Amino acid sequence: MPGVPLQHFLVVGLLLFALGLYTVLTRRNAIGILMGIELLLNAANINYVAFARYSGTPTDGQIFAIFVIMLAAAEAAVGLAIVLGIYQNFASIDVDAAHALRH
Amino acid sequence: MRGASKEPPLSVALFYAFAAFTVLCAAGVAFSTNIVYSAFALLGTLFGVAAIYVFLAADFVAGAQFLIYIGGVLVLILFAVMLTHRIADVAVSNRAVGRLPAVLLVGGIAVVLARVVFRTRWPVVDALPDIPTIHAIGNGFLGPYILPFELASFVLLAVLVGAIVVSRKELRG
Repeated sequence: MPGVPLQHFLVVGLLLFALGLYTVLTRRNAIGILMGIELLLNAANINYVAFARYSGTPTDGQIFAIFVIMLAAAEAAVGLAIVLGIYQNFASIDVDAAHALRH
Repeated sequence: MRGASKEPPLSVALFYAFAAFTVLCAAGVAFSTNIVYSAFALLGTLFGVAAIYVFLAADFVAGAQFLIYIGGVLVLILFAVMLTHRIADVAVSNRAVGRLPAVLLVGGIAVVLARVVFRTRWPVVDALPDIPTIHAIGNGFLGPYILPFELASFVLLAVLVGAIVVSRKELRG
């Protein structure tokens, strides 16, 4: 868009990436870790769309962004199903408690 | 648009407002001690990212972000938060450990990435016309990207079956 340089979009992506990585590294709640992964994927998506927009061929980057959104939905569905399975087995969703795949 | 006035147009100010909103909500996800607050901060972040897509003239991606992320993923996350109890227990629900090593690692990576962002001379073309992208994206999905598109439908089928099998009690031995 006119008036905003590419770097400022990349900085937004960078900040989202850093916060997402911090979330993934420090949380012990499995759902919190999944939220951090969503932040990481959104950061990557912003970079995809921004680079595509500023390089003059917007379609390819946007198609990749849509694939990333689709895979994020798939990852969330399977990840949360696994979290619920862990909760039923261990009565906790602390990832330190889930040391075994089954009882 | 171009050469209208010297002062920045309203859209530029709006972009920075949405960018600040997005980053603040992401900080809420990262630092909140209550998992429910984290989930609602994630809602704000996803909304802000959709707004940023609009500023990048990616109308279809912004719509997909709304429908899939906010309508699907976030509702799934809220379901999982509510189904796993003790959510109001602040000390247990969203415990964070190892803050100092994480801050050091994330800070190091952020510094390196910021240097990359600002030191690189990105090959940028000048402003493109803001045309709707749905036509080009549809042609891309059914043209050069037909194989990943079909693979995506297969992946979604596998996810559907897998999520049901994993989460049903009576199917697990």
